[in-house]
Amino acid sequence: MFFQQFFAQVMNGLTLGSTYALIALGYTMVYGILELINFAHSEIYMTGAFVGLIMVTVYKLPFAAALLAGMAGSCILGVIIEKIAYRPLRKATRIAPLISAIGVSIFLQNAALLVFGPQARAFPANFSAAALNFGFVQISSLQLLILVISVLLMIGLHLLIHRTKIGQAMRATAQDKETAQLMGIRIDRVISFTFAIGSALGGAAGVLVGVYFNSADPMMGFFPGLKGFVAAVLGGIGNIPGAMVGGLILGLAEVFGAVYMSQYKDAIAFAVLILILLFKPTGLMGRRIQEKV
Amino acid sequence: MLKLENVVTHYGNIQALKGISLEISRGEIATVIGANGAGKTTTLKAICGLVGVTSGKIFFEEKDITGKPTPDIVSSGIAMVPEGRRIFPRMSVLENLQLGAYLNNDKNDVRKDMERVFELFPILKQRLKQVAGTLSGGEQQMLAIGRALMAKPRLLLLDEPSMGLAPMIVSSIFDIITEINQSGTTILLVEQNAQMALSIAHKGYVLETGRIVMEDTAENLLHNEQVKKAYLGE
Ligand SMILES: Nc1ncnc2c1ncn2[C@@H]1O[C@H](COP(=O)(O)OP(=O)(O)O)[C@@H](O)[C@H]1O
Ligand SMILES: [Mg+2]
Repeated sequence: MFFQQFFAQVMNGLTLGSTYALIALGYTMVYGILELINFAHSEIYMTGAFVGLIMVTVYKLPFAAALLAGMAGSCILGVIIEKIAYRPLRKATRIAPLISAIGVSIFLQNAALLVFGPQARAFPANFSAAALNFGFVQISSLQLLILVISVLLMIGLHLLIHRTKIGQAMRATAQDKETAQLMGIRIDRVISFTFAIGSALGGAAGVLVGVYFNSADPMMGFFPGLKGFVAAVLGGIGNIPGAMVGGLILGLAEVFGAVYMSQYKDAIAFAVLILILLFKPTGLMGRRIQEKV
Repeated sequence: MLKLENVVTHYGNIQALKGISLEISRGEIATVIGANGAGKTTTLKAICGLVGVTSGKIFFEEKDITGKPTPDIVSSGIAMVPEGRRIFPRMSVLENLQLGAYLNNDKNDVRKDMERVFELFPILKQRLKQVAGTLSGGEQQMLAIGRALMAKPRLLLLDEPSMGLAPMIVSSIFDIITEINQSGTTILLVEQNAQMALSIAHKGYVLETGRIVMEDTAENLLHNEQVKKAYLGE
């Protein structure tokens, strides 16, 4: 009995955590390449959820198509944001793109309010979960789906970054932009591509969470966005495996913390953020020293 | 092969190059010597398009490359070994070399070029899987040169390859620069180590606070009284 409940909580934590991880990846990839916190990432996530929702409610498409459409929508939005809100400020002081990011975030929230209204929208009922029985434990099919999709996306990202030429160009650009250009790399394209991938992952998280909690609303990005950011910092901002681990730890911490103090569920992320900033500001997997040759 | 006409560059309001003109013919080693802060690095960065040119023109093989994006300049046949080597420290030696050949999509060709780099620098072959940031300074310099050669440049720009290296390693690196030149690559070498640079170059320029103050054959510069006093420590 205890074990079954414990296992259910672990599954809840991993499910939530894997979506935080997907969001965290967007923050960490963009930070890794531009040293910029993309505060509009919450809204990129929200946009993914809405695009997914429209696909299933208006166009009656199946889940897989909605997921891909949500990812595509977020991807395009991310690329556009980079082009108009960040690229012109690349040589400006560090604070300028940060302010621009907050501006974009507020703009997109309000645009969504205007288009969709403030009330939450529900996904249709045929997306609700069935319980799968594995002998003595039960897993919701939805949780399993979210976990599997998240893991597949993360494996895909890992392969992209380590096994492809564009991935190599992304790593080179993150390490040294000037030298990357000397190799013939067009860094503007690489930066665009990084936003595209990071945003698509955020959009996937939006669709998955929208389906999981069966709701989407214009403000839905706020807490997951913050938590994804905390997960990225926890793992070491700029560090891709760190974002994955940070997301899972945060998801588990939140679920188990909520057992004892459910009304403070959202505060757990901030407690984690404060602890990390106090005791290990570089994050769990962050580099100890900044290597500069 | 390379020609700079009155090139002026700025960092903000500060004029770093105040009208540089120089000319390098195919097959030669030209060197620009000058003290720290004279504008040597800025000159090379201007050629590669990494710093903007305020006025003046840069021609490579008769084509105007002024203001072109860096990747276009690289693909036209110029490669640079930057100051401080600037290898990608968290990547392996192999990946650094692959990145040098980023614009070459012919895998077999890349493999052949890599073999040529290993002939020049056998140590790199032994270190292939090693993370580049853990190499010694001399090995990192060899990697930086090898990486630049992977782009098959017709003109190779070298920014202070002797910096921070022991004299023995410096002389072996300079031997290899001569060897690269003899196999047909034109070289523009920028150095504070005037003695070494003039000893391998055909032609030299002396740069002082953004201006070329002297130009002559390397031989003549080596015996020039002013150069001796200011740059050769005699
Ligand atoms: N990024 C920069 N911003 C502002 N000033 C710079 C920058 N880089 C170089 N300078 C200035 O330009 C001048 C030439 O520098 P540089 O080309 O690096 O000289 P060198 O390579 O001969 O040591 C120096 O006065 C230097 O302070
Ligand atoms: Mg310099």
